[in-house]
Amino acid sequence: MLLIPCPWCGPRAQIEFTYGGDATLRRPAPDAPEAVWVDYVYMRDNPAGPHDELWLHSAGCRRWVRVRRDTRTHDILAGTPAGGATAGAAT
Amino acid sequence: MKYSIFSLARNALSHHEGWPLAWRSPRPKARYDAVIVGGGGHGLATAYYLAKEHGLSNVAVLEKGYLGGGNTGRNTTIVRSNYHLDPNAHFYELSLMLWEGLAQDLNFNVMYSARGVLNLVHTPADMDAAMRRGNAMRLNGIDAQFLTTDEIARWIPNLDCSPTARFPIHGGLLQPRGGTVRHDAVAWGYARAADARGVDIIQQCEVTGIRIERGAVAGVDTTQGFIATPKLGLAVAGNSSVLASMAGVRLPIETHVLQALVSDPVKPVLDTVVTSGAVHFYISQSDKGELVMGGDLDFCNSYSQRGNLPIIEHVVSACLALFPSFGRLKVMRTWGGNCDMSMDGSPIIGNLPVRGLTMTGAWNYGGFKATPASGFLHAYTIARGAPHPLNAAFTLERFAQGRTIDEKGMGAVPWAH
Repeated sequence: MLLIPCPWCGPRAQIEFTYGGDATLRRPAPDAPEAVWVDYVYMRDNPAGPHDELWLHSAGCRRWVRVRRDTRTHDILAGTPAGGATAGAAT
Repeated sequence: MKYSIFSLARNALSHHEGWPLAWRSPRPKARYDAVIVGGGGHGLATAYYLAKEHGLSNVAVLEKGYLGGGNTGRNTTIVRSNYHLDPNAHFYELSLMLWEGLAQDLNFNVMYSARGVLNLVHTPADMDAAMRRGNAMRLNGIDAQFLTTDEIARWIPNLDCSPTARFPIHGGLLQPRGGTVRHDAVAWGYARAADARGVDIIQQCEVTGIRIERGAVAGVDTTQGFIATPKLGLAVAGNSSVLASMAGVRLPIETHVLQALVSDPVKPVLDTVVTSGAVHFYISQSDKGELVMGGDLDFCNSYSQRGNLPIIEHVVSACLALFPSFGRLKVMRTWGGNCDMSMDGSPIIGNLPVRGLTMTGAWNYGGFKATPASGFLHAYTIARGAPHPLNAAFTLERFAQGRTIDEKGMGAVPWAH
């Protein structure tokens, strides 16, 4: 079980959270070239190592947390407020 | 050596101490006509069909660990072709047809068991979707049959088909030719058959870089030195993004962990594969007697090949809701595999935007059943330089062209497919 550090609630169990995906994505301008939109919608760095990702504390404070987690070991390296970033819809 | 009843009898006389090794372990040559990265089912099948169908035998398969140690040895061994969309239906049906003849083709018993794959239906919406998919399958010439609750209850007495069940069963869509295949035997059978046709299988050889000269593949750097080749095929499942990035290619893939587990072995209690999309669960019984089951992804990017307990609990609770009597069993082993989840839930089999570089991947935790067709079509693409009609739709470019093949209709949320 991951223990995710929520900046507002403290460390909480993974089951309180909903995954939101890659936190480094930035929505392009509406008139950005199509290739830029394709990159944003479909392409991912998908690193084997530290990954910045979004988690919604859905069964807690319902705020988004930006977590840096190593995808090889599941070690959590940092947890900070998401600061307005949005990514793929939660399921 | 050809495996047969006669070779078995002959070797029995020498106490089975005279069997030759099933494949060689050669040192890598300086140069190959084609190099396949990944010694799982897909890579080995690619090499086998390159040699068999296209006469290309100066081929190496590079594996960083041991053969079949990745997802080939970590799946739940289910094979089926019960897809709705045409490209998927035709692709997986080719695979199922290859499974049906694979033991004879490879001269290796892969233990294909056409025990059927039954998708349970729990709601009226499930029923509509199953009927629609079943009809689409039949129009594509694929076997599909709808079973009523009574028929299912008679066939599978352990399954709770009562109206008071936690998830009442309204019927089920059956593919009779679906079933299971012994997964390790697939890796071993393809390895042995490819080796017999001259393919070099090199284990403990990790690719650390891809060399590109004037826009074309020149070779790979490995932990056993540089190997030159003009044709490089990637068959590395969850590591597709890592390998493609060595050639400067970004993929529409995220790597997620999928878990599976087995119970302790018991006498035969379940003679088919039962799945439930509504509760995210599938189960079958292995020849050793273990109940093999799995469910959803862990829902966060992972290369760890291990998962966490919440999903195990979900799988077990789904199991007990459907099969209450299995509550007497113990969970014996759990494990995880790195799944290459794509943005539309369908694979990528074809050329990448570097000359000589191809891939077969983006398996979305459904890769095992695709193994023979994946290798067959990947080999075709490598040998001809262009895709076969059956993998022409599975390009990397389809995402930019708006031609995604989204079986589930989920959109670009890779962990939801």
